[in-house]
Amino acid sequence: MKKVLFASIFTLLLASLTACGNNSSSENGEVIVYNWGEYIDPDVIGQFEEETGIKVIYDEFETNEIMYPKIEAGASDYDVVCPSDYMIQKMIENDLLAEINFDQMPNAVANIGTQYYEQSKSFDPENKYSVPYCWGTVGILYNKTMVTTEIDSWSDLWDESYADNILMQDSVRDSFMVALKLNGFSMNSTNPEELEIAKNSLIEQKPLVQAYVIDQVRDKMIGNEAALGVIYSGEAIFTQRENPDLEYVIPKEGTNIWIDSWVIPKEAKNKENAEKFIDFLCREDIALKNFEYITYSTPNNAAKELIEDAEIKNSPIAFPTLSDYSNLETFEYLGVDADELYNQLWKELKSE
Amino acid sequence: MNKKWLSFPYLLWAIGFIIIPLCMVFYYGFTDRDGVMTFENVVAIFSPEHRKALFLALLLSLISTILCIILAYPLSLILAKMGNGKNSFLVIIFILPMWMNFLLRTLAWQTLLEKNGVINSILTYLHLPSLTIINTPAAIILGMVYNFLPFMVLPIYNSLSKIDPNVMNAARDLGANGFQAFLKITLPLSMPGVISGITMVFVPALTTFVISTLLGGSKILLIGNVIEQEFTQASNWHLGSGLSVVLMIFIVISIVVSSLSDKDGEGAGF
Repeated sequence: MKKVLFASIFTLLLASLTACGNNSSSENGEVIVYNWGEYIDPDVIGQFEEETGIKVIYDEFETNEIMYPKIEAGASDYDVVCPSDYMIQKMIENDLLAEINFDQMPNAVANIGTQYYEQSKSFDPENKYSVPYCWGTVGILYNKTMVTTEIDSWSDLWDESYADNILMQDSVRDSFMVALKLNGFSMNSTNPEELEIAKNSLIEQKPLVQAYVIDQVRDKMIGNEAALGVIYSGEAIFTQRENPDLEYVIPKEGTNIWIDSWVIPKEAKNKENAEKFIDFLCREDIALKNFEYITYSTPNNAAKELIEDAEIKNSPIAFPTLSDYSNLETFEYLGVDADELYNQLWKELKSE
Repeated sequence: MNKKWLSFPYLLWAIGFIIIPLCMVFYYGFTDRDGVMTFENVVAIFSPEHRKALFLALLLSLISTILCIILAYPLSLILAKMGNGKNSFLVIIFILPMWMNFLLRTLAWQTLLEKNGVINSILTYLHLPSLTIINTPAAIILGMVYNFLPFMVLPIYNSLSKIDPNVMNAARDLGANGFQAFLKITLPLSMPGVISGITMVFVPALTTFVISTLLGGSKILLIGNVIEQEFTQASNWHLGSGLSVVLMIFIVISIVVSSLSDKDGEGAGF
């Protein structure tokens, strides 16, 4: 409760500071969007404003963990947010989300493939709270000119001949996913013994790692700084456009198959506008335009049909046939205690 | 003449952006997730990985501070000796990089030091051995020294240029040689500047997490990184705040030391 008190003091202060600049509301109101950085085509926002007369106020976050406390404190009135699978589960469990009225959203119902709603059930069991926006896998991006062996396994990231040529993800769950899968465990493991083994694998790997980075995997791989890097599939297509020597592979031990979906916070003031915004993004021409800009796989089947470039349309990176791979999993929210254990082990690895 | 009301805007600022946030840090630091009072978050500094991160941060910032003094003192002497007028251009050259964003400058160093970066491309072209300090503590120290050097140069320069030349002349008249005069006159009179420079370099170097992330490749965990991670990744604001409180103790110590040895506030005047 104290959190709410502090948050309200802060909002009051901020509100009194910004009160003067806030009276330019549009004829049809506004919608406040909170999305990942670089995760939408800016033209799409302009087009939405033009067609609906609804003003979009756009804000970005870097990680799910930065986004969550802001929504929890209710300090900002976001109407639409785009968290990942496990974070949506956490938000549902903590009663932070509003049910979406799918009757108002013909595009979301018609265009999004049913398999993605099916997959969403692992974190949103009744498909009541979320509309899939992007999905993909996590794999290894490698430079064909810099590797001498065939790359198809997470164990290649432990190959000493690539010392100082490996980039790992600088985030707890993503790095532990790699180590857990390498050892044949579930990436949602909360078993302290399994996690200890995974940590020891990561410690063993640390001398070979050039750097732990997030967005920079992309730039460093394009610039031939490293031979191997753990990367999200959506970034892989972008990097290949810039550097044709790069190749993406889903390791044989299995990996993370993730979904980022739109949700509406319970406290949203413009719920109807939020639904209009989500539905607009599900329209096939808009989803296509957006896909071409951000290159993350779209769950929008109608948009996928419209892709003209056959190479992209049939790309195993953008649209892998999931039945070809085994041990695919989606992140689950593991609870406060498991989160703490992961973070503790992560610090032990980093201070090694 | 009562002009106290002039300070009102600052007072408002201080309450809103210094006092309240500080209270929140203390509140979070001394409670757990259920809001129960605890010292656990502060005592957590003694766990092996936190202790190591703190020790490493102290070590690296200490080395950077010493390097800054070694570089800044002779430089400030030269600047001060050039007399007024001629030196203002040189001083501007030193302040100029500060006009650019701190993050950009650090990112630039990353690009310079990378394996295929600018420096190594030139070295390879000249058939010289390449430089491999990126993602090591050495790169972090380089980043610290580069970013914080102006904060050392300016206060030292400031206190040096305030020394009355007649005091020096008197020392020479009374038979001191150049070195003796420096040791007995210049050095003691410039100490306030050195002390304030030490605070201004040591404190930001101790708490940085950006430099160690960008130039250390996130492989080296400093106490600033631990705190940042507790907030952004672990969403454990209580532990993050508790460790911040511990870090504040070190900052307060260094400020107290500097204010004790700089009673007239000479070094702070820039």
